[in-house]
Amino acid sequence: MTKGIVKGIIANLVFVEVDGPVAQNEICYINLEGTKLMAEVIKVMGNVAYTQVFESTRGLKPGAPVEFTKHMLQVKLGPGMLSKNYDGLQDDLNKMEGMFLTRGEYTDPLDETALWDFTPLVKVGDEVGAGDWLGEVPENWLKHKIMLPFVMEDKYKITWIADAGKYRIIDTIAKVENSEGQSQDITMVQYWPVKLAVHCYKHKPRPFKMMETGMRCIDTLNPIAEGGTGFTPGPFGAGKTVLQHLISQHAEADLIIVAACGERANEVVELFVDFPKLEDPRTGRKLIERTIIICNTSNMPVAAREASVYTAMSIAEYYRSMGLRILLLADSTSRWAQALREMSNRMEELPGPDAYPMDLPAIISNFYSRAGYVNLNNDVPGSITFLGAVSPPGGNLKEPVTEATKKVARCFYSLSQERADSKRYPAVDPIDSYSKYLDYEEVQDYLNKHIHPHWVQDVLLTKNYLLRGKEASDQINILGDDGVPLEYHDRMWKSEVIDRIILMQDGFDKIDKATPMKRQAYMLEMVLSVCKTGFGFESYEDVQPFYSRMINTLKQMNYTEFLSEGFKEYESQLNSIVEERKVK
Amino acid sequence: MAGTAFQKIYTKLNQITKATCSVTATGIGYEELATVSGRLAQVVKIIGDTVTLQIFSGTENIGTDAEVIFFGRPPTLKVGEQLSGRFFNAYGDPIDGGPAIEGKEVEIGGPSVNPVRRMEPSEFIATGIAGIDLNNPLVTGQKIPFFADPDQPYNQVMATVALRAQSDKIILGGMGLSNDDYLFYKSTFENAGVIDKIISFVNTTDDPPVERLLVPDMALAAAEYFALEKNEKVLVLLTDLTLYCDALSIVSNRMDQIPSKDSMPGSLYSDLAKIYEKAVQFPDGGSITIIAVTTISGGDITHAIPDNTGYITEGQLFLRKDTDIGKVIIDPARSLSRLKTKVMGIKTRADHPKVMETSVRLNADALKAKTKMENGFDLTDYEERAMKFSHDYANQILAIDVNIGPEEMLDVTWGLFQKYFTREEVAIKEEFMKLYWKKA
Repeated sequence: MTKGIVKGIIANLVFVEVDGPVAQNEICYINLEGTKLMAEVIKVMGNVAYTQVFESTRGLKPGAPVEFTKHMLQVKLGPGMLSKNYDGLQDDLNKMEGMFLTRGEYTDPLDETALWDFTPLVKVGDEVGAGDWLGEVPENWLKHKIMLPFVMEDKYKITWIADAGKYRIIDTIAKVENSEGQSQDITMVQYWPVKLAVHCYKHKPRPFKMMETGMRCIDTLNPIAEGGTGFTPGPFGAGKTVLQHLISQHAEADLIIVAACGERANEVVELFVDFPKLEDPRTGRKLIERTIIICNTSNMPVAAREASVYTAMSIAEYYRSMGLRILLLADSTSRWAQALREMSNRMEELPGPDAYPMDLPAIISNFYSRAGYVNLNNDVPGSITFLGAVSPPGGNLKEPVTEATKKVARCFYSLSQERADSKRYPAVDPIDSYSKYLDYEEVQDYLNKHIHPHWVQDVLLTKNYLLRGKEASDQINILGDDGVPLEYHDRMWKSEVIDRIILMQDGFDKIDKATPMKRQAYMLEMVLSVCKTGFGFESYEDVQPFYSRMINTLKQMNYTEFLSEGFKEYESQLNSIVEERKVK
Repeated sequence: MAGTAFQKIYTKLNQITKATCSVTATGIGYEELATVSGRLAQVVKIIGDTVTLQIFSGTENIGTDAEVIFFGRPPTLKVGEQLSGRFFNAYGDPIDGGPAIEGKEVEIGGPSVNPVRRMEPSEFIATGIAGIDLNNPLVTGQKIPFFADPDQPYNQVMATVALRAQSDKIILGGMGLSNDDYLFYKSTFENAGVIDKIISFVNTTDDPPVERLLVPDMALAAAEYFALEKNEKVLVLLTDLTLYCDALSIVSNRMDQIPSKDSMPGSLYSDLAKIYEKAVQFPDGGSITIIAVTTISGGDITHAIPDNTGYITEGQLFLRKDTDIGKVIIDPARSLSRLKTKVMGIKTRADHPKVMETSVRLNADALKAKTKMENGFDLTDYEERAMKFSHDYANQILAIDVNIGPEEMLDVTWGLFQKYFTREEVAIKEEFMKLYWKKA
């Protein structure tokens, strides 16, 4: 093993003189008077390794001994990760003692003593490759697959497989042999370097299914595909975190991984408190049972913040390889980029725009490309859908992180200050936002087949009404209520109906906070039929009261159980309002 | 802070800049304290045996033969009950003529609370300022700044909030406080007879700017002692964080770091988060609530300091001069307390959330009407009533000189609704209308 000695310290950048070979991104431990601080090599110059320490370096002195580990930053993967709260380095936060985070305290992300009910899925003589399923154990509600470790790239033959029964994760459950006859023991645990993508699948087709989030402004207007990528930039106070929390509660995914990256601790506490209580409406189980939280709040060490998004992605890839649908939420990727900037700055690299490192766009696009829909080697599909929040300084979208993300993410949900100020939540701007998946032929086919035959056409029509409404409203603001043709008022209010009924959604109402697709389709059809109807008005003053009544009735429908008595009653009320001014 | 026996003294500086100096020394720890010619300094960089020190009070008249004595420890504060009622400088030394503190020595800027050990903030802090209590109530364990232009009376508002909030301790961290403002705080607390629960760490404009960097950590180390070991509700007032950030940028500039937006260091977000995230609700009832001041220029919140702050804190309170009533108000449109939903209607009367929403909506209608009027368009009857409502609402609720209880502010608002609007225009849930909409 290579050893080293600390030669210099600037905040969490530590220079280590080494006595042997070191690799880029290799992990080492710096011994600070008995406390071991984890660090990662980020640059090598001659016999000096530049390392970023994942902890505070207070009190560290030159001359401190350093041990290198020969491996990169890695996650420990195996059954028992569901419902866990990890920090950015995958330490189990609940296992840590005391009120404060102690420097150098690293806890086991898994439990080595628990027994798991193993059922083999292969037999002696079978040929297997990396990521192939050898057996399974029940973890909460899911069948956790025990796989041939992702790092074993060769082809192997099973020479022994454990019988069904109870085992610890560290027990050998299979023996395999490679083409050269070398034998290897397999346990339920495997390690994976977080900065590398897992490629254990047959192919990665274009996403073609939509993933329901329960949010109308996303599902109806700009759907995200299963295995797709999207991002939500927005100024502070626009509701990024609330939106992410709502999606995490209602999205149609088997597993939700939340990476709280450099954000407020109290917001994460909310997840800790709420998720064990809230129910997943699809399965009736508690939300926490399908959630893993990676929590590296803003006051936790910066380098670990950078690691946290990779840790989250690697865990997502692990579960995807079991044929599951994963939704990965990261809040916020700007904090991750800022962590990169802090390091690049300390290393005195020549800065790119806004002092970010030059390769920021490459790093971001590499990361986003790890999401996706895949067909595993056994043809079972699995997916990672990724939604990142971006916090642009001053809400100005012309900044490096937003621009770099825009190049790779296929869905853009722009949160606008203006909408937030007028309490139009979720503040996703309907005009600026887009989903490129809506242009995918396979997605269009899927939507038309699964929702109704002219769905895509209806969605485009809806967008057009919104745009025309915006134009009309701009004209009214410039020319005054009576300075524009009467029809402009009608146009503006039609788009207002779409905005208030389809786009705005009450995250605190128990019915309105999540809308199943069937209901979304029903409401869109109803709203569109209002928009397509011609109404007669004598003067512009008649327009607002008429539409206000209609909006009020539709709004009540949103708050009422779908297709219930009350719902139907409001619907017939609506129809009679429509009849009042309908042009025959 | 004199040196003790057997300390090694270095007397040859290799380099001196406006804020830092370097010396050849071995066995020195990162962030360790030292004195250079008697001035307090901290290790900010070690390369081989060259140690760079940041001298808090500046390097004026420091010679290359200055005596450097290392303490072998990072900055600390002695904590104990005796801190109560005392005034200290940025180093934690008394400035009120009283005796030095005896007590447990704790490192300042210590580790973060494990997020899974935190409790959800849930206790309402009544300030009597209806513009805060009605629209944006504060909660213990919250962190929230006032965004204010320098000409606004933010120090007065903060002192008022501090005095009315039912807290066990009030810790003032003054950074670049003018001497006049320092005396204002001092006399306000003395006159209110609460000096026993006040602790102040003050860096005034007379003191060197870099010293300020110690103030928040000092104040929060004291806060952690009382909140965690005594289970007390501690309110920390930090004013003015903008001047703190300016000091950060001075140091990073001297260290040849590449500035990011608005000449601020690239680590500004993390630096501020380290301070604000000390706000916490502990499981045993103790809490740290941080109310800060961030002065802004011409209401511009896109500047790096308010912008980074906004992403860290749980909302912000905006002070604005309302020319219609000639008073400073808490701006209802731009202020936000993110934790308000944890107490509104739960710890306060059940109609609170609906009254808040409705008043903000009606007030927004008035603002729209005002713009319309200014653009030369005629107003409808409703718009005229809304404008009258807005005037009274500003005067009786939003103005910072209002001091009423949480029930009264709701009743006052109901009264205004009834004075200017019809039931349909107010449109609050029937169950509350029955209770509070008085028959004429």
